[in-house]
Amino acid sequence: MTARIGVVTFPGTLDDQDALRAARLAGAEPVSLWHRDKDLKQVDAVVLAGGFSYGDYLRAGAISRFSPVMETIIEQAKAGMPVLGICNGFQILTEAHLLPGAMLRNNHLHFICRDQKLRVENAGTAWTSDYEQGQEIQVPLKNMDGRYVADERTLDELEAEGRVAFRYLDMNPNGSLRDIAGITNEAGNVVGLMPHPEHAVEPLVGTGRTDGLGFFTSILKKLVTA
Amino acid sequence: MARVVVDVMLKPEILDPQGQAVQRALPRLGFDGIADVRQGKRFELEVDGPVDEAALARIHEMAETFLANTVIEDFTVKVEETSEVAGASK
Repeated sequence: MTARIGVVTFPGTLDDQDALRAARLAGAEPVSLWHRDKDLKQVDAVVLAGGFSYGDYLRAGAISRFSPVMETIIEQAKAGMPVLGICNGFQILTEAHLLPGAMLRNNHLHFICRDQKLRVENAGTAWTSDYEQGQEIQVPLKNMDGRYVADERTLDELEAEGRVAFRYLDMNPNGSLRDIAGITNEAGNVVGLMPHPEHAVEPLVGTGRTDGLGFFTSILKKLVTA
Repeated sequence: MARVVVDVMLKPEILDPQGQAVQRALPRLGFDGIADVRQGKRFELEVDGPVDEAALARIHEMAETFLANTVIEDFTVKVEETSEVAGASK
């Protein structure tokens, strides 16, 4: 038995095919989901992939957040369904208030694309259990609006509850507060991060490493043993 | 038809690198004496029907849930060329 991992395509999504491929390489059954379709096709988990849904109009993720598919995803995520938001997907999750804070234009105002080192700060979420606590990984990062912000109280709360899931190492590529690259909700089923694990799942392409595959093997193990 | 204007600005404590870039460019262009620039968004809404309290309440709700992200932004709702209505979230 395997698990069905859905990947949503919005108009302007770029990385849905890579996310589907990563799910397949991990051993899951990849399922394409369409933004106008409320039906999640009985998937066990959902990935919101990177890109520029709705051209980042208004704010990154602001329009996608109100799409029909998101209505069901928000409802299911609150009921415990695992959801991973990568890059634009992370932006959508903050706009949907499934994760606290917001994403803003990089502090240096340039698009950035690089291999980025991260530290896994919480290996207890649905999407990170195959990593060691404190493990350093390297995955591609590519974004324009990657600066994570939240008020001091929210940041303190995230830190105290171990909800900073990933932190940038060596350099802060976008001015994110407290070097935060990704966070999780309280229950650990909803995780968002700016860098792209789905681009680091095969040695031939991306960083030349497979550090990102752990996201997809983590969720698969959780779903299959559940 | 009446026009309602919604202005959206980043909260004062949020860094605005775009505004800073504009401010830094000004002296080079010969515009002196501007100490700070903050950049925001302006929405002009053409309203069908009367702009009564109910219509303004709906627009306020629209601004709060969609036009602005109140985690990072403040907004104001104004009926054009009359009085300011619902000052928001300071």
